[in-house]
Amino acid sequence: MTRPEPGHLSEAGVRKVAQLARLELTDESIELYAEQLSSILEHIANLETLDVEGVEPMAHPLPVTNRLGEDVPTAGLPVEVVLENAPAREADFIAVPKVLGGES
Amino acid sequence: MSEPSFETCVEIRDAIRSGRRTAVSVIEETLQRIECLNERTNAFRDRFDEEAMASAHRIDQEVANGRDPGPLAGVPVGIKDNITTTEGTVTCGSRMLDGYRSPFDATVVDRLRAAGAIPVGHTNCDEFAMGSSTETCFHGPVRNPWDPSRVPGGSSGGSAAAVSAGMVPLSLGSDTGGSIRQPAALCGCVGLKPSYGRVSRYGLVAFGSSLDQIGPFTRSVEDASLVMQVISGQDPRDSTSVDQVFTPCDHRERGFEGLRVGIPRQYRVPGTNEPAVEERILQITNLIAEQGAQIIDVDLPLTDKGISTYYVIAPAEASSNLARFDGIRYGHRTERKTATVDELLSTSRAEGFGPEVQRRIMLGTYVLSSGYYDAYYNRALQARRLIKEEFDRAFESCDVLLGPTSPTTAFEIGSKLDPISMYMCDIYTVNNNMAGICGISIPAGLAEGGSRGLPIGLQLQAKTFNDAELLEIARLIESELGFDYSSVAE
Repeated sequence: MTRPEPGHLSEAGVRKVAQLARLELTDESIELYAEQLSSILEHIANLETLDVEGVEPMAHPLPVTNRLGEDVPTAGLPVEVVLENAPAREADFIAVPKVLGGES
Repeated sequence: MSEPSFETCVEIRDAIRSGRRTAVSVIEETLQRIECLNERTNAFRDRFDEEAMASAHRIDQEVANGRDPGPLAGVPVGIKDNITTTEGTVTCGSRMLDGYRSPFDATVVDRLRAAGAIPVGHTNCDEFAMGSSTETCFHGPVRNPWDPSRVPGGSSGGSAAAVSAGMVPLSLGSDTGGSIRQPAALCGCVGLKPSYGRVSRYGLVAFGSSLDQIGPFTRSVEDASLVMQVISGQDPRDSTSVDQVFTPCDHRERGFEGLRVGIPRQYRVPGTNEPAVEERILQITNLIAEQGAQIIDVDLPLTDKGISTYYVIAPAEASSNLARFDGIRYGHRTERKTATVDELLSTSRAEGFGPEVQRRIMLGTYVLSSGYYDAYYNRALQARRLIKEEFDRAFESCDVLLGPTSPTTAFEIGSKLDPISMYMCDIYTVNNNMAGICGISIPAGLAEGGSRGLPIGLQLQAKTFNDAELLEIARLIESELGFDYSSVAE
C-alpha cells in the first residue's frame, strides 16, 4: 500500500477523484476544491498521531447483522407515481440516452 | 391569527381531546402563522394546506364520535425536507431533488399520523443535511428567529427555527453529527438525538447510514418524550432499527439526589467556548450540584479527534449513498446534450449538487479509494471504536454527561466561509453519533454580554438505549431553568 502524503490533494488528484465520483467540474472549481480538500486532509492528518495498533475497526454502532424478513410478497411502489419522477419517460419505461455503442 | 404560539404538544392535544378546541382551528391558525412568520425565518419550504385541513376534519370527527384520536391528536408537525411524505415534494434542500414527489411516507410520518399528528409542511435544511448553518440550502438560508442576521444552526435549521419562532409545537429533524442538537441550541428549543437504532430511518434520505437518526424538536422535554413513545420501535423496513420499547421513566422523583453528572474536561478547554456559553454551563453545573447532584470529572481525550474521524467516515458513507443520484430514474437530469451515459451522469451530478455536497462526495471517494483506504478510512474506523470505548468508560462512573451543545451561540450568516471552521461547530456532538449513544440539547438560557439575548444550549448525553433516563434527567434540569420560549417574540 502506498502511504498518502498527509494533507495534500493536487489539482490532478482532484480531477481523478471527481472522475471517480462522476462530477464534471470546471477548472476554476477544481482549483478551489484542491485548496479546500487539502486543508481538510491536513486537519484529518491528526489521526496519524493516534495509536490504533490492534484496534478492531468499528463500522457500525450496533452489533446487528443480517436481520431476515419473512419471505412473503408485499406491494411494490405505485408505478405511475414512480414514473412521475423520471426525467424522461416512454410509455411505462424510464427513457435514457443510448448506453452501449457510439452515437446517442 | 398570525401571532406566534408557544403552546406545547400536550396542551394542544389535551384541548382537542377534551373538545375545548377543534383540530381545524388549530391547523388553520398554524397555516396562517407559517404564512406570516416564514417571511422572517424561511423555516418552511412548502405547506400541505389541503391535506392538513382534511386530516384536521377527520380528527374532529373522531372526537365528535367519542373516539380517541391519539396521543398527538391534532398536533401540527413540521417535517425536515429530507424525510419523505406523500404530500408535497421532498428536495433535501438540493437542486438535485427539486420537484421530487415521494411515492411513500417515512415510517416516522406514518407513526405520527397514526397518533393523530398532522404534517403541515417541509422545513428547510442544509443540502442533503450537510452543514451546520442551513446556508447550503438550495432554497435560501434559514434565519434565526432570535436575530434574523444570524444562522439557526444546521443541518435541521428550518425544523429548529419553526419550533422556536412559535410556528409549530413540533418538528422532526435528522442528526448525523449534531444536526438536531446544534440547531436546537442555537435556536433555543429542545432537540433530541435518540440512540442509534431507536427510530426507524425508513424514508429518511440517507447521508451517513451508520450515523443518521431521526428525532424531535419541541418546546418541552415532556413533549420530546411523548413523541419518542410514538415514533420509536422496530420497523421491518429498517433492518438497523432495534426491538426495544421506549418507556418513559420517572424514578427521579427524588430529584438530583444521587444523580452522577459527568463533566468532560475536554468540553471546557480554555479559549474554546464563547465566554457566555462557558459561564452559563458552569452556573448550571453549580446549580444542580447544590441540589444534590454528584459532579464527576470525566476524561474524553478523543474529543479533539472527533471531527477528523467524522470527516472520514461520514463523507465515505455519503459518497456511497449519494451515488444513487444519477439523473436517470429521478432527480435532476442535465438539459445539455451528452454523448455518453457517463457524461450524462457527471454533468447532471455537477449541476444538481451544490459545493458542500460535492466536497464531501469527493472527500469520501478519496478516503475510500485504492491506496488510501487503510490510511484514512480504516484508521478512522479504529478511532471510532476508541471513541466508543471512551464513552463506555465514562458511563461506568456517571449517569449522564453534561456540557455545552455548541461552543458558540448563533453566528452571523456568511461568517464561516472556510469549511473547517464550519465543521468545528460540531466538536461536542459528532462523537455521540460515532458511538451511537443518545443526546439532547435543552435551552440553558439567554447569553449576556457580547452575544446578548441569544440562546445557549445545554447538551446531555447518556449511554445507548438510556433515552428514557436521559429525558428524565433533562426534564429535571429543565424545571430548574424555567426557560421562557415566548421571549423570542419580544
